Amino acid sequence: MSKLKLATVWLDGCSGCHMSFLDMDERLLTLAELVDIVYSPIVDTKDYPDEVDIALVEGAVASVDDEKKIRKIRAHSKMLVAMGDCAVAGNVPSMRNPFGPEPILDRAYIETATIQPQIPCVVVPQLLRVVKPIHEFVKVDVFLPGCPPSADTFYTALTALIQGAPLDIPALTRFGA
Amino acid sequence: MSPTVDVKTLTIDDQEVSARAGQTILEVAREHNIDIPTLCHLDGLSDVGACRLCLVEIKGSNKLLPACVATVEEGMEVSTATERLQKHRKTILELLFAERNHICSVCVANGHCELQSLGQSQGLTHIRLEYRNPELHVDASHERFTLDHNRCILCTRCVRVCAEIEGAHIWDVMGRGIDSLVITDLNQPWGESGCTRCGKCVQVCPTGALFDKSKVGSDHPKYPDFLPYLNLMREAQ
Repeated sequence: MSKLKLATVWLDGCSGCHMSFLDMDERLLTLAELVDIVYSPIVDTKDYPDEVDIALVEGAVASVDDEKKIRKIRAHSKMLVAMGDCAVAGNVPSMRNPFGPEPILDRAYIETATIQPQIPCVVVPQLLRVVKPIHEFVKVDVFLPGCPPSADTFYTALTALIQGAPLDIPALTRFGA
Repeated sequence: MSPTVDVKTLTIDDQEVSARAGQTILEVAREHNIDIPTLCHLDGLSDVGACRLCLVEIKGSNKLLPACVATVEEGMEVSTATERLQKHRKTILELLFAERNHICSVCVANGHCELQSLGQSQGLTHIRLEYRNPELHVDASHERFTLDHNRCILCTRCVRVCAEIEGAHIWDVMGRGIDSLVITDLNQPWGESGCTRCGKCVQVCPTGALFDKSKVGSDHPKYPDFLPYLNLMREAQ
């Protein structure tokens, strides 16, 4: 059997889900026999590949760039997994939603700046007014809540997804786990 | 001679059970280890049927009844876990999660929250509804406790425990529908209200809406089990 192509993506999240993914430790070697990681913050590939079997997406959709990425990922992935509470529910990045992006930008770039207070407007992508979970933009196949989902959750879920075995997610994890 | 007891015989999930007249379906179900999920119900407080999680089906009726307030009747055939009920329960929980800002990961009640654990036991992995993201305030004016409207599900346990058990009736509900808020006194800050500082409302709150200021992170288990004992001791006097 040829190896499945696995991608991991980092949108508006803290990278904690990726850290927890790496916490699988030696079990990563077992996984590496089943999948090739073709795209990831820990792999030096610039562009999202045309054909990915399983995409794990960390983070909420918070900017125009995130939105563009998630649509591209969906178009080129057979199975899309929302990894962690930010991707599943918005979580901490969505805490700005009741106020909108302006007060947050002011706080970060004007009020607390010691030199050259100014809100960046070039190179960095524009923030969306409301931070949303990824399923509000594209179809998500598997939801893996948790902040972050534990390494055990990752291993059990990934092994099941790779082998097409049944997977009882609420038995493994929950919001805030 | 003991007074005659009016006994009703009924079935719950095809199990034949007998009950005293006036008992609720929920009481009888729990006596027979049949689990019906609840959120606004708490042993020791009156029931208001606010959360609708305990809805059950009665054979021959189109109406779904809240098991916490519906009383048993002779020959009743009750179902507690049909596909239709499970669908409704999931939707109710999703509505609660979408209505206010429940950010489990940073909530003081994370790991000790009844909404969170019900979400898990009812099989929620995500919320299909759009989040409302309302702007709600936090009242930290009280010396010992904090009220965070972001986490409140309007179960009114705090209102009931304060009025019925503590006898102070500091808590009440203001506004209507989606604008409803729990308030202290006539919407005065909690710290300036007539609060007796007993803390019962904090212990019965199912989420992180009411919490003790001495608790940080997600280290806030709550102990509402004192209520039935307190009632029992009072009745014994």
